[in-house]
Amino acid sequence: MTKKILLLLFILIPIKADALIEVDITRGNLNPLPLAVSPLSIDEESRKGFEKILKKENIGSEISNIVENNLRTSGLFNPLDKKAFLQAPDIANLKPRFEDWNLIKAQALITGKVNYVDDKLRVEFRLWDVLAAKEMMALAFTTVPNNWRRVGHIISDKVYERLTGEKGYFDTRIIYVSEEGPKTQRIKKLAIMDQDGANNKFLTLGNELVLTPRFNPASQMVTYLSYFKNMPRVYLLDIETGTQEVVGDFPGMTFAPRFSPDGKKIIMSFAKDGKSDIYTMDLENRIVEKITNHPSIDTSPSYSPDGKYITFNSDRSGYQQIYVMKNDGSDVKRISFGNGLYGTPVWSPRGDLIAFTKLHKGKFYIGVMRIDGSGERLLTENYYQEAPSWSPNGRVLIFYRETKTNSKGEGFSAKLWSIDLTGYNERQIKTPTDASDPSWSSLLSN
Amino acid sequence: MRLNKIFKNTLLVLAACLVLSACATKKEVATDIQGQMQGDVYTGTDTVEYLADGVPDRVFFATNESILTTASRETLRAQAAWLRKNPNINVVLEGHADERGTREYNLALGERRANAAKDYLMTYGISSDRITVLSYGKERPVDSGSNPLAWSKNRRSVTVKAN
Repeated sequence: MTKKILLLLFILIPIKADALIEVDITRGNLNPLPLAVSPLSIDEESRKGFEKILKKENIGSEISNIVENNLRTSGLFNPLDKKAFLQAPDIANLKPRFEDWNLIKAQALITGKVNYVDDKLRVEFRLWDVLAAKEMMALAFTTVPNNWRRVGHIISDKVYERLTGEKGYFDTRIIYVSEEGPKTQRIKKLAIMDQDGANNKFLTLGNELVLTPRFNPASQMVTYLSYFKNMPRVYLLDIETGTQEVVGDFPGMTFAPRFSPDGKKIIMSFAKDGKSDIYTMDLENRIVEKITNHPSIDTSPSYSPDGKYITFNSDRSGYQQIYVMKNDGSDVKRISFGNGLYGTPVWSPRGDLIAFTKLHKGKFYIGVMRIDGSGERLLTENYYQEAPSWSPNGRVLIFYRETKTNSKGEGFSAKLWSIDLTGYNERQIKTPTDASDPSWSSLLSN
Repeated sequence: MRLNKIFKNTLLVLAACLVLSACATKKEVATDIQGQMQGDVYTGTDTVEYLADGVPDRVFFATNESILTTASRETLRAQAAWLRKNPNINVVLEGHADERGTREYNLALGERRANAAKDYLMTYGISSDRITVLSYGKERPVDSGSNPLAWSKNRRSVTVKAN
């Protein structure tokens, strides 16, 4: 299903190289680029066709709403109010009257059209540089109608990439833990949704406690911790088939799982006799390797994107700190030296930064530091927050935040939040229930 | 070596108690004044259940620590005596942490706390075959409060009958 769109995707007109607008992505949302997302035009026959299948009155507007919402939430763009648009969508797509768009201060314009062809959804879109009065990009996709939301995300990714010079992160999903019930007896389920919160789906029933799901960067597999039969162990779940299996045969708790960047290994902690060490298991030949060997707690391992290094959390110095070692466990170096405790290190997909949770003087912070521990930057402070996960382009971090309860122990909630690497654009990501432990997938199409 | 460590840890606990009692006059520790905490270890009985008459089911820990206090050792000796008298009963030691730590570290910390209790039971003659350790990290607090007293009740190892 997810792969179908790749097969059906083709390029109508190749990308031209003369970029004139540029978005400065190092500055966050100080000056988001004003742009106009004209609704995708649709002829009456196609409109009726899609209305019948998708129960959406105007699929063209729906797709452009997705694009507009994605670009707005990135914090880098400021989509202008449609009421100010002077030109009709179908005419704009043929040849924009640039003076009109200039008048409302749009620097870029997105136009397009939707057709119902042979039971398929065909979408073409164009990105225009308003000031230079030029077309920057034109693409068309044909896919099954049910993929309409993904078409919106793919368009968003193409526009984002063309204007920022970096890959987007919109055609992605988030796996997380859905939470319900009183704080002392939380019911937790695995759940998955599109990056924008749509298509939420529960993957487990809540009969057993589940924690810390993580995507395989190379496939639709997830690894997570389940308390099935009161034996906390690392599991593998195939999202497409629903198949679950326990990872390895360990005589005790395994936890804190993550995939290697190539998706072929799972790295995790195994706790025994009060000590937690880091192990890997090769998913093909099931060979288990012990990576750390220390009487301390070693946990929350995360590989560098080239797979050569591992960052992890250890209290071998007496308190939780962040360490980096080679992937065979040699050359262990502590990298966090600031005030407070440091946990949950996660290597950026770009390789240059490690995101972490910090506890200092009763406050929790999400921050980033370089891989040698220098340049620590705290992005957000709160009563409780932890477990950052990177967007696949390394621009945005998603994490969860819990509230303080009142004197009667009431008012607890857990929510997902995201923040830009710059520390700007902090946003709550709406979920149907309380939520924690988010993990961001790779781009579904590439 | 081990003794040396215990000695050091005891000193640390003592030092922590001194520091805390020194600041107990400030309003910050108002909840402790009820005599429910010593240092930041819970000493009350609100949440405690009993495996048998005079045999409390749980022991409490200081923040980020898995060292057994004098009171904890007393509780565990009572549990060991009870287990020796009831050789057919097996137990699960459920280790817990408070909400002020990252989830994964707390899972390991809960395991470490339950193992501290297990080691002590073993030194009093209980076979490891009769003991299963299960960490819940911060997943199953007994008190949903967001204050030092609630956290102290949640940092615990609970001995539960397995059969």
